[in-house]
Amino acid sequence: MWYDYLGSILEGAWLTLQLSLLSLLCAIVFGLLTASARLAPVAALRWLAAGYTTVIRGIPDIVLMLLVFFGGQMLINDVAYRYDLEPIEFNPFWAGIVTIGFIFGAYFGETFRGAFMAVPRGQLEAGAAFGLSSWQVFSRILVPQMLRFALPGLGNNWLVLLKSTAIVSMIGLTDMTWLADQAGRSTRQPFLFYLIVCVLYMLLTACSGVVLRRVDVRYNAGVVKGEL
Amino acid sequence: MKKLLGIALLGATLVSGMAQAKDWTLIRVGIEAAYPPFNELTPDKKVVGFDKDMADAICSYLKAKCTFVIQDWDGMIPALMSRRFDTIISSMASTAERKQKIAFTRPYYNTPAFFVIKKGSNLNVDSPAAMKGKRIGVQSATIHQNYVNEFYQKAGAEVTAYQSLDQVYMDLVAGRLDAVLFGSVENDTFLASKDGAGYVMAGKPLLDPKWFGEGAAIAVRKEDGDLRKRLDDAVDALHKNGTYDKIRKKYFAYDIWPKSGS
Amino acid sequence: MEFDVNIIVTTFPLYLRGLGTTLQLVAIALACGMLLALPLGVIRAMEYPWLGRMVGAYTYFFRSTPMLVQLLMVYYGFGQFKWLQAQWDAENRFWLLFREPYFCACLAFSLNTAAYTAEIIAGAIRNSPVGEIEAAKAMGMSWSLRMRRIILPGAFRRMMQSYSNEVILMLQGSAIASAVTLNDLTGAGRTVYARFYAPFEAFVFTGLMYLLLTFIVLGLFKLAERKWLAHLRPRGA
Repeated sequence: MWYDYLGSILEGAWLTLQLSLLSLLCAIVFGLLTASARLAPVAALRWLAAGYTTVIRGIPDIVLMLLVFFGGQMLINDVAYRYDLEPIEFNPFWAGIVTIGFIFGAYFGETFRGAFMAVPRGQLEAGAAFGLSSWQVFSRILVPQMLRFALPGLGNNWLVLLKSTAIVSMIGLTDMTWLADQAGRSTRQPFLFYLIVCVLYMLLTACSGVVLRRVDVRYNAGVVKGEL
Repeated sequence: MKKLLGIALLGATLVSGMAQAKDWTLIRVGIEAAYPPFNELTPDKKVVGFDKDMADAICSYLKAKCTFVIQDWDGMIPALMSRRFDTIISSMASTAERKQKIAFTRPYYNTPAFFVIKKGSNLNVDSPAAMKGKRIGVQSATIHQNYVNEFYQKAGAEVTAYQSLDQVYMDLVAGRLDAVLFGSVENDTFLASKDGAGYVMAGKPLLDPKWFGEGAAIAVRKEDGDLRKRLDDAVDALHKNGTYDKIRKKYFAYDIWPKSGS
Repeated sequence: MEFDVNIIVTTFPLYLRGLGTTLQLVAIALACGMLLALPLGVIRAMEYPWLGRMVGAYTYFFRSTPMLVQLLMVYYGFGQFKWLQAQWDAENRFWLLFREPYFCACLAFSLNTAAYTAEIIAGAIRNSPVGEIEAAKAMGMSWSLRMRRIILPGAFRRMMQSYSNEVILMLQGSAIASAVTLNDLTGAGRTVYARFYAPFEAFVFTGLMYLLLTFIVLGLFKLAERKWLAHLRPRGA
């Protein structure tokens, strides 16, 4: 019966959530690195980051995932074979996270770049004048203020990322879309199971909205808004 | 600093677990889990079916621990080659084309392929010319696809390739397809199901080794000759000691052991 | 590991056909999506009580679920219904459309991009400068004239940037068409991959094709911006 599959689909939903959150973390790391590189004084770094952003944003997620999953696997093992190392096991869950993180790192990088530039320079100079190290200026002054400007963009990117995880089902990761697809075929009731996935995604989106609003309030604390 | 550590950890997990040494006490088996009755997934995500039971029997014969990796069909051979798993036990036909890339054990079953059509549609499926303009469904990256592409698509039939078997039968029932091509056992399972009531197998049995290979066999990488030898011995021994027939009877009333037996 | 260019050369016709399918799908989806999004966007911006909420529900559904699931729902999901199958057997012209994967993909993609575009249009309309609207009213322009001459032209200029993003997202989103048996550009890549077991040759080339298409789209938007947003260009020295 159809409800026999509910448990495994909910498990899949949990996998989707884990995958999304860890990918988000990974994307933020890639994004911060890219934004830093794009604003770096070294031209080569700027070119590298710009190239990464352009290429990643010009190729569909699914093609990049196919390339990393199948190509990356082959490449790593080929290198291992050549240097007479033990073959390396490729964990699809982590490979998926790194791939999605790598893809969305390009989008997050653009958001962070804009946000970094929106922080007034005087703030940073004041920090330096107080004798803070450049790491302290970065972590105590730049990042907290930058986050306020980055939040709307980050929120949007997060929602896109969440939906993109459905694509991992096309490369065989057993997320909720894959499981629902499988269940729909076995029971010959695909409509019902796709509907369940849609509802679960809408639920995740709604929850994200609530969290994002909370975070937004937190990071906009103390900002005075003009009365319209 | 924390961030760097995080990346290092992530990298370490990604390439986690150096594969086991080559004594084959642990064998990772690639299986599609979407090809009933040979392999499929239960609602609680367990792999079951003839292939699974065969794999279990082989592993216990070899005193090896087996783990199953579910893999979509069109990525099966690349995944084997890139070491996602060590062997494919998933009803893969041993064909000359595939042997260019990977190695096979002796076949462990062989059944002819048949077209399935709607009862009373009276299609002459044996004649590619008569199927001109008809819609034929197959699973992609299969022997059935190669055969239909070569003879029927070139004669003007509209061939559609799907990712999995169930999608093909689903679209046959929905009315999107006029005929589908699968092995006789898969067809039997479909015809016995609720959906299969109005359908029949048609035409002559298709067995030409040039197109359909020597039967379903276990696949390994070419460099793992030792594993191939062990699996070969296991299949033979299981057939001789009757385990094979015991498993087979659980699923099928008739014998599917390859006749010629190369 | 060698990169075998021969694979790409021999399968080039396959890629070319895939490219054709991708371009057609995207063009049809964008055109239909825009036609649908225009009235929906206006309704959303005008905040009509019931109508606005219905449009809001539509855009919420399509924007909060993955397009892959929407596509599978239209193709396999609808195909499951006996009622629809009976319409196919009866050769009903309209419902027969749902039998074709090509139509299903066009429908799913159009509805999806229409939802995003409607929100973009609504946002651009809401951002119309108050002064412009008041000036138009003072000139005695009717609602429809105001829409046609003042608000929509301004909104289109404002939405150029976000719409170009949507076009690129649609181009890339269309890469899932192979999930319903269509042989688009990505489908061609997958076929080549399954036939030659050569992921690099298959997918690097596919990726390059998409990259090229993206550059072309961006170039076209640059040209459009030069024409329509000429007044915003920094004055040359």
